[in-house]
Amino acid sequence: MDLKGKKVIALGERDGVQGGAIAACAAGAGAEVVLEKTYCFV
Amino acid sequence: MAEQFDKDDVVVLLGTPTEDASRLYAMTVTSGDPSWAGALAGVSLGLPVYHIAEAAVRERIAAPDYDEHVALMAMAMDVDAIARAVRDVREGSG
Repeated sequence: MDLKGKKVIALGERDGVQGGAIAACAAGAGAEVVLEKTYCFV
Repeated sequence: MAEQFDKDDVVVLLGTPTEDASRLYAMTVTSGDPSWAGALAGVSLGLPVYHIAEAAVRERIAAPDYDEHVALMAMAMDVDAIARAVRDVREGSG
C-alpha cells in the first residue's frame, strides 16, 4: 500500500499510537497529511 | 473533510490500541458509525483504512521513523488481531 502522494487522515489514540506519530510516519513516506487527530477516552 | 478529496487519493491510518477499537474506527470511515452515536451514523464514506502497525503500511515507512514513533506502542498491541480486524472491514467482510 503505497503512501506516496496520498492524502492521509491520521486518527490516533492516546493509549495507542498518537496522531502526530502517524502523521510523521506518513509524511516521511511521501504522503500529505490532511487531518491529524488524537482521541482520548479517559 | 473526506468529501473534499477523491476517495482514490485518500487513506485513513489508525493508531488504535485494540482489535475492537480498530474495528469500530474502521467501520466508521467505511460503512458508517456502527454505534449510531456520532455524526457519521449512516454515512458511508467508503474510505480505504489501514492500521499504522499492519505489515502493508509498516513496509512503506522508513525504519527509523517507525522505530521512533510506532514500534514501542506496537509492542503492547496485538498487531495481528488488529490487522485482521481492519482488513476484514476494508475488504467488506468485517
